[in-house]
Amino acid sequence: MRALWLLLPILVLLATEAGAIDARDPFDDPDKQARYERLIREVRCLVCQNESIADSNAPLAADLRREIRSQMRDGVSDDEILDFLITRYGDFVVYRPPLGPHTILLWAAPLLLLAIGGFAFVRVIRARAGGTLDDELPPDSRPEDGVLGDTQDAKGSGQQ
Amino acid sequence: MVPELGQFALILALMLATVQAVTGLWGAHVNRGRLMALTAPAVAGQFVFAAVAFAALTWAFLAHDFSVAYVAGHSNSELPAFYRVGAVWGGHEGSLLLWILVLALWSIGVARFSRQMPERFTARVLGVLGIVSIGFLTFTLFTSNPFDRLIPAPLDGQDLNPILQDPALMFHPPLLYIGYVGFSVAFAFAVAAMLEGRLDSAWARWTRPWTTAAWIFLTLGISLGSWWAYYELGWGGWWFWDPVENASLLPWLAGTALIHSLAVTEKRGLFKSWTLLLAITAFSLSLLGTFLVRSGVLVSVHAFATDPSRGLFILAFLGIVVGAALALYAWRAPAMVSDAGFKPLSRESFLLANNVLLVVATGLILLGTLYPLFLDALNLGKISVGPPYFDMAFLIPMLPLSFLIGIGMHAAWKRASGQTLWRKLRWAALAALVVGVPLPLVVYGPAPMLTVVGCIAALWVMLASLVDLRPGRAVPLTRGHLGQAFAHFGVGVFILGATVVSTYDVETDRALAPGDSVEIAGYEFRYTDTYGVQGPNFDAVETEVEVWRDGRLIDTIYPQKRVYRVQTQPITQTAIQHRWNRDLLVSMGDPLGDQSWSMRIQYKPLIGLIWLGTVFMAFGGLIAMTDRRYRMARREATAPLASDGRARAGGQA
Amino acid sequence: MWRFLVPAGILVALIAFFFVGLFRDPSYVPSPLINRPAPEFQLPQLQAPSAVLGSADLRRGEPVLLNVWATWCVGCREEHAKLVSIAEQGLIPIYGLNWKDDRDAALHWLERLGDPYVATAVDADGRVAIDWGVYGAPETFLLDGDGTVRYKHIGPLDTQTWEREFMPRIRALRDGRT
Repeated sequence: MRALWLLLPILVLLATEAGAIDARDPFDDPDKQARYERLIREVRCLVCQNESIADSNAPLAADLRREIRSQMRDGVSDDEILDFLITRYGDFVVYRPPLGPHTILLWAAPLLLLAIGGFAFVRVIRARAGGTLDDELPPDSRPEDGVLGDTQDAKGSGQQ
Repeated sequence: MVPELGQFALILALMLATVQAVTGLWGAHVNRGRLMALTAPAVAGQFVFAAVAFAALTWAFLAHDFSVAYVAGHSNSELPAFYRVGAVWGGHEGSLLLWILVLALWSIGVARFSRQMPERFTARVLGVLGIVSIGFLTFTLFTSNPFDRLIPAPLDGQDLNPILQDPALMFHPPLLYIGYVGFSVAFAFAVAAMLEGRLDSAWARWTRPWTTAAWIFLTLGISLGSWWAYYELGWGGWWFWDPVENASLLPWLAGTALIHSLAVTEKRGLFKSWTLLLAITAFSLSLLGTFLVRSGVLVSVHAFATDPSRGLFILAFLGIVVGAALALYAWRAPAMVSDAGFKPLSRESFLLANNVLLVVATGLILLGTLYPLFLDALNLGKISVGPPYFDMAFLIPMLPLSFLIGIGMHAAWKRASGQTLWRKLRWAALAALVVGVPLPLVVYGPAPMLTVVGCIAALWVMLASLVDLRPGRAVPLTRGHLGQAFAHFGVGVFILGATVVSTYDVETDRALAPGDSVEIAGYEFRYTDTYGVQGPNFDAVETEVEVWRDGRLIDTIYPQKRVYRVQTQPITQTAIQHRWNRDLLVSMGDPLGDQSWSMRIQYKPLIGLIWLGTVFMAFGGLIAMTDRRYRMARREATAPLASDGRARAGGQA
Repeated sequence: MWRFLVPAGILVALIAFFFVGLFRDPSYVPSPLINRPAPEFQLPQLQAPSAVLGSADLRRGEPVLLNVWATWCVGCREEHAKLVSIAEQGLIPIYGLNWKDDRDAALHWLERLGDPYVATAVDADGRVAIDWGVYGAPETFLLDGDGTVRYKHIGPLDTQTWEREFMPRIRALRDGRT
């Protein structure tokens, strides 16, 4: 109990702040608690904006966490909770943009870019397969860099 | 007077940067030796004046000169001297000054260590660096002058943002900037090669160490930033996909691709135009990062104070410099051809796959980061793209890449033999499978498929990297090879840490009164006491938490809740108990009255491997950079650029 | 060799987007409630806790404003005089939503600075504010006579915003009605 009087001014300041750490009202069911923690990480805090409501100290974030907890207790599903938030705050509030005509490009991009990359890869491989292999590698290459990857293989390779 | 001296030094630096750009580029264009001879002295002079300006600002911080607006905004008479030095780059204006100093440092490095390159080429490289210097010096002097006075001077400063008052923050920005700015050297080499109209193995060999050096610093800078966010922000996360983090990851990904494509260009004279494009891209993404952070076009947790005129300036600069480089590229690249080839199974094709996947990852992170901006600019609404998207989009190219690393690093150039590869790697592959599947399940418990795949990938990369390090080799490894093994081993270590911690971390928020205890992951946390403490410029509540395991006290840790006296927002100071195989974190939340507090308690298995892995990567880069052949190239001095664009003849070892 | 121009093309497109982006506020979040019926609520009134103010009271057959405010909010203090002057000129009825505030402080505030509100509802726990998608006080909603949300302004209301954004809309709503 050292110097507790020092705390007073700080406690006054701290008390005005609702923290991101919400210990007041946890779920008894660990699965449900885990579901809750996952869910609040997907909701963006609109006040501080680049934090999820799980990490935000803003009072609004605390309100939203409480709202989500109470809806979960009422048996509302995750999707319904997210829809609830989207109808009030817009798509901005969720970190996983809902699939729609405006976001289709975003969601298709991983496969689209991979396909373009794969196409380019195959084209270069095809084009280069017929190229010359006669050039010598720089002198400082290591032994394994030999044409067939291993010194003994390189001996019988007939290249060069 | 000292701040005016600093400002004057900046103006002189700008004039010398102009001399550097003109004598370098014009001198090389007209091939006038006497002009080009002025370039290197101009670089040296520019460095001296940039250093004087930087010292002047540091002096203003140390001497508490609050009549300087920037000092008044970022310091305070109570701020410890250590942080006053760090505060020099703790805000927009000062960090630009650091950027300028770092650029001058790189330029002088190029001038000093490039004696083996032809005079014209060096002059062009330095000329391009001069243009970049002009851009940043003008930007600083006209939109963001750190030496602006504040009349009348305030009695005291507004203090440095408390979350920046941390030792890691002293080093994070300098490392990051050395990395960012280092890519301007690769960029300058690329532009100089395009101005010359040719590019060969010698070019690639000159460019490689510089690129690797920049990459090392960027790797360490990002890693340190992530570590800082982990323990300082107190949320227990280590990567948040914030636009600012993405802005640093983008040039890193492009730079990593560049390092690998440079290898092909050096060994085979292939992928020349592609390598040029990557060099331009890595630098452009560094500039883009600067733009995103300082213009306010995206919402971010740690954006600088923003101002549209600054954004406009950087955008114009980006457009002119990168636009000119890309125009030059469109003109010169079609001529950069090579008739060299390789078979579908060869080192070249693996490096090509590496480049494709890294560029896909770069593209996806860029798209995700900018997508909200695109939609908004088209009036299609406001959305957020966050971790759920990036986690998925990043994994799609990176997971296959991690499996390819193991094979690629052992494949022979030109044509590899599947049989040889199999003989070399079968034990590593088998061990990765045999250990990788049970490892997570037995040590840590049930896990989704992806975790098991991640562990296999991690072990595979680590073991495959070690294959060549077996003792009793006939031929000693070159440093290049050793560095490669180290860096790739680090990738494996990183994957293992990231996989395990993202699957098995445990977190709980509890209300605790003195005497209460909580048990998670086999550790018992006992809250014993709370008391006040005073720091140099903050007051804090500190709690004493004992950590017990199996009835034994293993440590006592002290999380704090701080209130800095000037910027009164409360800051949570998380207490971390480190061990090689896990971290335990305790952070204080709200006071619940009567000395009881809400607390967040976290268990993070193997999280240290994430940063250890990046240190391995950087260390591997350092070893590779010191390879004999770069020094050899230096001695070979002024041999003319080989005109056929391929390696000179030479005996194979 | 057009493909070597692709990177330059991408750069031009990016710069165009960034240029537009510079003149927008990335943190402004438009309300999805625009052109939707105002959310239902029933809350006690500030001055008379036993009396209820509800969404039905806002459907007056003429446009009304709903202003979200709190005594802890700096922007609210800034705009208060403007609200008082609008009320004094009788330009439009204004209702208040006192958001997560201390009742005594709120009463004292109105006493000291003037009360521009026809009535003020007390949303002590912020539950109703969630339904309205409130994220940063002050916020001001414009509702038409049927209680449909027509416009939302985030941040302090100043004369410029009032003349440029609110008055034309209010006139249009009144004209449409007659």
